[in-house]
Amino acid sequence: MNKNATDVANVIARHKADILKEWIQRQKESASSLSGIMSSEDALEQSSQFLDLFSAALNEDPSAENDTVWGEVRTMLESVSRSRALQGFSPSETATFVFSLKQPLFQRLRQESKSADTLADAVWAMTTLLDSLGLYTAEVFLRSREQVILQQQQELLDLSTPVVELYRGVLALPLIGTLDSERTHSVMENLLEGIVHHEAAIAIIDITGVPTVDTLVAQHLIKTIAAARLMGAECIISGIRPQIAQTIVHLGVDLGDVTTKASLAEALKLALAKVGRGIAPLKTGTGLS
Amino acid sequence: MERIPVLKLDQFLLVTIQVELHDQLALTLQDDLTTMVSRHSSRGVLIDISALDIVDSFIGRTLAHIAALSRILDAATVLVGMRPAVAITMVELGLTLPGVSTALNVERGMTLLREAVGNEHDDEDDAE
Repeated sequence: MNKNATDVANVIARHKADILKEWIQRQKESASSLSGIMSSEDALEQSSQFLDLFSAALNEDPSAENDTVWGEVRTMLESVSRSRALQGFSPSETATFVFSLKQPLFQRLRQESKSADTLADAVWAMTTLLDSLGLYTAEVFLRSREQVILQQQQELLDLSTPVVELYRGVLALPLIGTLDSERTHSVMENLLEGIVHHEAAIAIIDITGVPTVDTLVAQHLIKTIAAARLMGAECIISGIRPQIAQTIVHLGVDLGDVTTKASLAEALKLALAKVGRGIAPLKTGTGLS
Repeated sequence: MERIPVLKLDQFLLVTIQVELHDQLALTLQDDLTTMVSRHSSRGVLIDISALDIVDSFIGRTLAHIAALSRILDAATVLVGMRPAVAITMVELGLTLPGVSTALNVERGMTLLREAVGNEHDDEDDAE
């Protein structure tokens, strides 16, 4: 087995240029639709680097289990797979990077080997090895895709729950989009952190951007308001559209003693009154409003 | 026995919970507070829980009981300094403490208490 591996490594070393050329040709064929995305210089560089690392690792240990020896190959594959995942390659195209090495490699092995037995042994050993490496690239590919998705999810969540200070002690929480339990949780956390941070006494929850309010959403809103109240802040709900007011009443949702206002402007006026402030026209104003 | 000190300040009682509030301690606090309220005829009780990071259903109920007891003894209760995480837990447990006034910090809590008591005085003045 070990001798086989060294033989293969020797074959690779002798025919490196040929193998590389054919391999890249194969890669291009398999990923023809995306050939524009990746330059052939990049492909050449990655392929040649992989061949070098691969044959070096083969000389050391052919079983592909030794982490110290194969770690470098795996790291290299990881970076290739990750960059391809971000560039928009499909998983099979990424895995083909490794699998397409088989054909040129086996061809050289056939030319070089003396008996059918040694050839079969070498081919079998290389197949298992390359298969495991190919699967590894697919795995890394999926993992990096998942990372991207998770990151986007987090960004979306952060983006959708801003807490803004309208005046000293008055916070506004403009909600956009559907409220589900996970979002409610992050909304609640953000609001409570905001109350502590700004030492707010009043929070206005504006639901103009919430498309529908069903019993569940109302339940979530009530929970948020109850939590804010426990922290000593009063909540005002604003931006209830007529249709939503109708649904709330039809569903029989009890908003309790929560203050509701039709518009954010009305809510702000009430909030300011509650903190002992008000809005008055300036004498020097143009009087346009 | 371990106790949470209850401080008397004019017509109010102050309690700052700075240790982990286990069940027995909460019950002792409830007893102490009711005794103190009736002994000093206090008008308000302020409970600061800003150092508390865990509130279970029992503690939550005990806090609600304290408020109800004080109300019967004619004292207002203000709960101040609840942490966000604690507030979320309480709401998830269904403990929204209706009837208990809350405030963000001790300062605001005191203002709230003074207002509550002051209003009553005004009412009395009006009555007279």
